[in-house]
Amino acid sequence: MALQSLDIKQRSATTTPAPQARQTMEIAKLIDVSACIGCKACQVACMEWNDVREEVGHNVGVYDNPTDLTENAWTVMRFTEVEENNKLEWLIRKDGCMHCSDPGCLKSCPAPGAIIQYSNGVVDFHQENCIGCGYCVTGCPFNVPRISKKDNKAYKCTLCSDRLAVNQAPACVKACPTGAIEFGSKEDMKDYAGKRIADLKERGYDKAGLYDPPGVGGTHVMYVLHHADRPGLYAGLPENPSISPLVSLWKGATKPLATFALGLAALGSLFHYVIKGPNEVAREIEEEIEKEDAS
Amino acid sequence: MNVTRRQFFRICTAGLGGSSIAMMGFSPNAALAEVRTFKLTRATETRNTCPYCSVSCGVLIYSSGDKSKNAHAEIIHIEGDPDNPVNRGTLCPKGAGLRDMVQSANRLKWPEVREAGASEWKKISWNEAFDRIAKHMKADRDANFMVQNKDGLTVNRWTSTAFLASSAAPNEAGYLTVKTIRALGMTSIDTQARI
Amino acid sequence: MTNHWVDIKNADLILVMGGNPAEAHPCGFKWAIEAKKTRKAKLVVVDPRFNRTASVADFYAPLRSGSDIAFLGGVINYLIANDKIHKDYVKAYTNASFLVDPGFKFSDGLFSGYNEEKRSYDKGSWSYQLDKDGYAKIDESWQDPNCVWQLMKAHYARYTPEMVAKVCGTPKESFLKVCEYIAETAAPNKTMTSLYALGWTEHSVGSQNIRCMAMIQLLLGNMGMAGGGINALRGHSNVQGITDFALYAQQLPGYLAAPTDADKDIKSFLEKKTTKALRPGQMNFYQNFPKWYVSLQKAWWGDAATKDNGFAFDYMPKLAGASDVLSIFDQMYQGKINGFLCQGFNPLASVANKKKVSDALAKLKYMVVMDPLATDTSEFWKPYGEFNEVDPAKIPTEVFRLPTSLFAETAGSFTNSGRVILWRWKAAEPPGDAKDDTEIMATLFLKLKEMYAKDGGAFAEPIQKLTWAYRIPNKPSPEELMMEYNGKALADVVDPKDATKVLVKAGDQLPSFAMLRDDGTTTCGNWIYCGVWSQAGNNSARRDNSDPSGLGQTLNWGFAWPVNRRILYNRASADPSGKPWDPKRTVLRWTGKVWGGNDIPDMRPDAAPEENVMPFIMNPEGVARLFARDLMAEGPFPEHYEPFETPLEANPMHPQNPKAKSNPAARVYKGDMEAFGNAKDFPYVATTYRLTEHFHFWTKQSLVNAIMQPEHFVEIGEELAKEKGIAAGDRVKVRSNRGFIKAVAVVTKRIKAFDIDGKKVHTVGIPIHFGFKGATKPGFITNTLTPFVGDANTQTPEYKAFLVNIEKA
Repeated sequence: MALQSLDIKQRSATTTPAPQARQTMEIAKLIDVSACIGCKACQVACMEWNDVREEVGHNVGVYDNPTDLTENAWTVMRFTEVEENNKLEWLIRKDGCMHCSDPGCLKSCPAPGAIIQYSNGVVDFHQENCIGCGYCVTGCPFNVPRISKKDNKAYKCTLCSDRLAVNQAPACVKACPTGAIEFGSKEDMKDYAGKRIADLKERGYDKAGLYDPPGVGGTHVMYVLHHADRPGLYAGLPENPSISPLVSLWKGATKPLATFALGLAALGSLFHYVIKGPNEVAREIEEEIEKEDAS
Repeated sequence: MNVTRRQFFRICTAGLGGSSIAMMGFSPNAALAEVRTFKLTRATETRNTCPYCSVSCGVLIYSSGDKSKNAHAEIIHIEGDPDNPVNRGTLCPKGAGLRDMVQSANRLKWPEVREAGASEWKKISWNEAFDRIAKHMKADRDANFMVQNKDGLTVNRWTSTAFLASSAAPNEAGYLTVKTIRALGMTSIDTQARI
Repeated sequence: MTNHWVDIKNADLILVMGGNPAEAHPCGFKWAIEAKKTRKAKLVVVDPRFNRTASVADFYAPLRSGSDIAFLGGVINYLIANDKIHKDYVKAYTNASFLVDPGFKFSDGLFSGYNEEKRSYDKGSWSYQLDKDGYAKIDESWQDPNCVWQLMKAHYARYTPEMVAKVCGTPKESFLKVCEYIAETAAPNKTMTSLYALGWTEHSVGSQNIRCMAMIQLLLGNMGMAGGGINALRGHSNVQGITDFALYAQQLPGYLAAPTDADKDIKSFLEKKTTKALRPGQMNFYQNFPKWYVSLQKAWWGDAATKDNGFAFDYMPKLAGASDVLSIFDQMYQGKINGFLCQGFNPLASVANKKKVSDALAKLKYMVVMDPLATDTSEFWKPYGEFNEVDPAKIPTEVFRLPTSLFAETAGSFTNSGRVILWRWKAAEPPGDAKDDTEIMATLFLKLKEMYAKDGGAFAEPIQKLTWAYRIPNKPSPEELMMEYNGKALADVVDPKDATKVLVKAGDQLPSFAMLRDDGTTTCGNWIYCGVWSQAGNNSARRDNSDPSGLGQTLNWGFAWPVNRRILYNRASADPSGKPWDPKRTVLRWTGKVWGGNDIPDMRPDAAPEENVMPFIMNPEGVARLFARDLMAEGPFPEHYEPFETPLEANPMHPQNPKAKSNPAARVYKGDMEAFGNAKDFPYVATTYRLTEHFHFWTKQSLVNAIMQPEHFVEIGEELAKEKGIAAGDRVKVRSNRGFIKAVAVVTKRIKAFDIDGKKVHTVGIPIHFGFKGATKPGFITNTLTPFVGDANTQTPEYKAFLVNIEKA
């Protein structure tokens, strides 16, 4: 195995349990929103390191650009102007994959080995196994993965797993001019976050706190927020994210059912499914269901 | 949990891909996780300085090859130099994107001339460029060089050709530039630094 | 910067005014964040816009663009009125006690000696009272009505908080809050750092903006201190170096004044430039001017520069009046310039009033552009739709475009804003046939030299005799050039006190400018860089980043000018007896025999405190100047004047005197005064600026930066947007009296209307960066709009405050 630093914790659509004997360090990336100047160095460093380039777009009346995550823009800054009690705040949040401990994308992914969770916490997409079904998009409580229009495969932040593999910090972390993104063991990052929160409280942000949402088992990308009581202020950061009930359900009770009840039906369209991607099939099936519902 | 019939089928459909593909024996042989290969392995690392603002961040330029004679070095990546006490490895969005500047589609590669009144560029050789420019300069200097001012004091200046200098050129280029243009007698000189 | 980037971390208060470092210098700004994180420092931003620096500030106060002196004058008044000054410091280290000529007056907005016709001052009265020995008289009690302290106090008493609110539009309570933050650093062990950039320089009162802050820093005792200082966050990576090497007309390398028509021979020239001490016992460093100047002539003309020919003084061209980008383009516009060499500069995009610049370029016979990129300037003759409406057939200029290498493709040194000279190595070959700037300049020069040798022509001696000892004549190496400008001994340099003691052997590289001589036995191409390549080798390539003091001085990293000193005026970090004002941040202290500590002393190393040698060694007074004597164009004390295009009818400080409306000493060319717009047609204050995603007009050529900020936009407040029916994302047209641009509207809460003396004033923010060449969406050039007038001292154009109108396109 090429990657002893990245032991596998779990793989999508694979029932074989992963080896668990080795204890490796859990890592985390901490985004200190209070130190972020929205310079987009992280966006550039990400594109540069990962050799992706989004189209040159347009200005749509805001600073955000690219305006949303795409298969080529794995992280974007989201700018929000908040004015309360005569005080203006320009809240700037770096958005991207949160690398959940309990990853909804992985759970919902039907392609074996397309999504991997390493024991350090990184959730990585392996495009060679991806069938482009888009279920990871549905399964993600943070609306992060995007399907490429070019190759119909899902892309998102890898936490620079190729850099981690050689003990280098992710490209965005290294670049960040103000130390608004820091990287280390999850424990260290929590300790550091504690200091930052204490500092913010001294500066009058009574509700400063850490965003490490338990609904997804905690994340390996965490935020220090000045208004931790209202994450929604930061361009709609979910208050209490959790995996969609649909994903939990299929992972639990319905998976065998799906296999047996619909396996036959699927066989006929399998090759079509693999080559052209599943969305059409899914749509076809859905349409049939809808017809049935209507009747 | 309240699941409607329609949701139930959608869930089953979701289960379909993985389960059925596994049934067909398509996997999991490809499921061995392999991250992207670290792309800087054995690249040549060169220490340089970002050319943009005056923080003058240290950068590490990674180029392909080992400088052996037949291998053309291409810059494949640029990131911050952690040794530099000012930027300590960090870079801003300009610096982090330096590779796209070095490899900009608008880099100039050969001398060109736009003739008087023409609407296009014409590629020329360096020799032709230097010849023609030097002739222009000498003709203008010889015609307009002022040895004495109207009060008869020696001034030895040439004001009718102007020079505006870069402030991103290294000190050494700046020094050679000021030395040569002053020797030519130029005084209509300024630099980007003023603005 | 008087201090340096990492030193910002030592501050207790970071005041950002006239700059936006989070956007323009993010990697330097990290040290402001570091100070917040590790010292619990406060960050205060004063700016017309709530920008990305303000987004991480502890406090933000708005002010109308172009009203900075009113604000800062108000701070001076607050500090004096509330006794928040560092008195021991001010007493010892400033000219507060100096007596000024009784003829000096200030009334109704003008200082004594104004000549309206010439738009300049007779500065005779802007001077000290001198005693019989030629030393300035002082009154240590500060009671004399003509002492600097009393004059300053009276001058700024007019800048009340109410007046500040009226002129700047800053709410009074916000202004007072900023004053409180600043006043805390009057304590000897507290420091404020002032971070500024083009937000102060690009005004018709630019230099006085900065002087005003310098006065505040002196009153607070923050100059020379770790975490203090006046810190110009400069533009390009080597803008400091290129300024040091004087790629401009008024000076020669190392800030040596260039000779003018008034200087008929070297003797009178050197005498005039050699200053006389204005107080007893001061270092008066400019007394060394002849050593620096003669060594420069020797570096350039070698054996041809002899004592007998005044070290070839006549080879150096004499400056003919004004020469700066504005005057050069004005001359070109008038058809007085035939040729133009443009090295890594994009004036069509970056100089004020694009139309005038474009028309000027069209009058040239030949133009040579040396650049790595296809710039807008190089294609000024080419039509790009409405972005560049020109007819090539009508433009006779012959344009040559020579491809040059970029940073990654050459070796050599850059000098950062903190004056640290750092070597860099070559990583790749330039693309195609591109060449280094040095090779291009050398080849052109040698070609001309050959033509003059063959055909003769106008005064060719300085060309023929220019030293040229490079191994490959058309490719001088950066190492050879650095060794040359560092300088060497032509004969043994001996100790002036003991002629038998050889300090530097003939032929050796010089270790410091202290070794320079005025008798022609040393060479030096830039005296302040002397020491960068000593006998020890290339000191700019030193890479030991250890920091034993913890102050971030890193004295073994690269080489800082002068003599590797990291904090200027550092003698002032200790009290008159030599004890540090703040022992926890010791920069310098008197050890009993010599000055020691954590920096190279800005002082004669063995000058005992009892000798009273004062810290500001470049000034003949030895102390810093609250009163600037005759050294500024518009007055010894900064005074508020309106921008040349102002929304107001009059200067609120001097409503009855139209002569004192805008800078009375600023130069305005014929035709440019007429091109100013008025508030009736152009009611909104425009200000131009940079965005963090881009660098000037370069990164529009870089794909990844084009992705980050792809299209030209302007920013307006919600209130103005509503008035004008403009929604975010709409295309708008912005007009000034000089032209128009179209761009996308960003509508924001971050720009608010100002209440200026009862009048509502809106601001339109206009980023630069865009143009018709590049990877970004094709756009207009912002400088189509800007006025062709500059600061009275530096002629830096007034890009930051002018008038526009805006409508939906």
